Amino acid sequence: MRYLPLNAEDRAEMLARAGVASIDTLFADIPKAKRLDHDLDLPMRKTEMDVERLLSGLAAKNVAAGSVPFFAGAGAYKHHVPASVDHLIQRSEFLTSYTPYQPEIAQGTLQTIFEFQTQVAALTALDVANASMYDGSTATVEAVAMARRITGRSKAILSGGLHPHYAEAVRTVSTMAGEETEVLAPDVFAAEDFCSLIDADTSCVVVQNPDFFGNLRDLSAIAATCKTKGALLVGVFTEVVSLGLIQPPGAMGADIVVGEGQSIGNRLNFGGPYVGLFATKTKYLRQIPGRLCGQTVDASGRRGFVLTLSTREQHIRRDKATSNICTNSGLASLAFSIHMTLLGDAGLRRLATINHAHAVDLADRLTAVPGVQVLNKTFFNEFTLRIAGDAAQAIERMAEMGVLGGVPVSRLLPGRGLDDLILAASTEINTDADREAFADALQGALSC
Amino acid sequence: MSDTHYTTSHEYIRVDGGEGIIGITDYAQAQLGDVVFVDLPPIGKSLSKGTEAATVESVKAAAEVNAPVSGTVVEVNGALADTPALVNEDPSGEGWFVKIKLADTSELATLMDENAYREFLKTVS
Repeated sequence: MRYLPLNAEDRAEMLARAGVASIDTLFADIPKAKRLDHDLDLPMRKTEMDVERLLSGLAAKNVAAGSVPFFAGAGAYKHHVPASVDHLIQRSEFLTSYTPYQPEIAQGTLQTIFEFQTQVAALTALDVANASMYDGSTATVEAVAMARRITGRSKAILSGGLHPHYAEAVRTVSTMAGEETEVLAPDVFAAEDFCSLIDADTSCVVVQNPDFFGNLRDLSAIAATCKTKGALLVGVFTEVVSLGLIQPPGAMGADIVVGEGQSIGNRLNFGGPYVGLFATKTKYLRQIPGRLCGQTVDASGRRGFVLTLSTREQHIRRDKATSNICTNSGLASLAFSIHMTLLGDAGLRRLATINHAHAVDLADRLTAVPGVQVLNKTFFNEFTLRIAGDAAQAIERMAEMGVLGGVPVSRLLPGRGLDDLILAASTEINTDADREAFADALQGALSC
Repeated sequence: MSDTHYTTSHEYIRVDGGEGIIGITDYAQAQLGDVVFVDLPPIGKSLSKGTEAATVESVKAAAEVNAPVSGTVVEVNGALADTPALVNEDPSGEGWFVKIKLADTSELATLMDENAYREFLKTVS
């Protein structure tokens, strides 16, 4: 992108064209108290070398995830991404292309989308998946909207084990659409009972597994209740690697399964871009949001790929479209697909097994620290700790000791009396020494 | 004795007694192109004049089929689920969408007869 500087004449010309006397007129809608009434305290000029030195110094204040023993999760997980994934996605045919507007000319792109969809459907144990969404939270928003279209009912019940950001995204969009959402209280022990809450106005129940606190949940009973009462079950996951070991939501009766795919092929990326996964049953095919790629044959009978069922989408259906989304997380989903292909069935299972083994080892080491209790009866690669002290403070102290020891629950659920809880995750990247360092640091943090 | 009435949005209703069969005209099917899917309302649904009775999707477009007059759905054309192409092949016959029981036959007076519709088509480019 070119940098286009403005001079005083340019500004005057634009203001004249806009019919306003000064730039301040354009900010009239912003309350005065919210406006900055002075210039930013920045030097007028610095050399390139000075700027680099200054910014490097600021950057060095961060404790980067890759530089220390790292145990933060809570919806974004640090896994190993093989160098081959980055090498392949940087091929210019993939890296520079956007969702194709003349899609059938880009057969290679369409084939990768088709294979991505196939992998997501297999992972979730459902019939059909779309070409991906922005991330897990927006995929959840779309799942709830789809359940409302199918059932013609409004109320969505969100489990207290659903990631707070996901719940917030659903609530924000629902409120604006005039729809009802019931968000249950944080459910640290996976003890909530939905069955009595489902009524004739319930469109769906949204349950995460493993849940936000790391507990594994059996969705079968809730799926059966939903079916009896005419509501849909939306199964959610934030850690897709878990599907290498645990029963996929589709196999437990979920009607729509959505989740975050970042863990496979994608780095933490400071929170994005990520890749939302979305799968459902064939009977709901026409209600799916987003792009869908299909396999077909050309006039000569050769295999080919097309974007299909586009009449659901906003560029054709306008206001009656299934969704405002008309795109997908192309490069992130490609990285997912390449990494998944490299892993294969057996590789994913092995990766999941290592994750779980590492987390079990971490739980054992942390339980041995005085004043620390692991709350979970079950978990995959992440669990909740109760400590004798303030979790946020303990994590700050551990960071000073060079260990990023998880996420304080109060950071995502403030003001809920959960100040002594830490979410800790251990993936394949952690070594025995890392886990020992975590236990030592936590002991140190609690004893000071 | 039956008679057919037309809307400016190219639906027809063929009335026989107190009931009417709703479909889209030959002009409308030609504009849409190959129809690939038809979404029909549930039996018993009450429709008011001008509201969506069904949706029809072709390869590159989707359109609403509006109720020409008010009424209650008594039957839908189940054959369209497997053979949506009937809409293209025989729009005024086998390719019908919905049968309704008319709520108010006086609403028919607001629609065009066949001659008027033919004249109307000349004004549409």
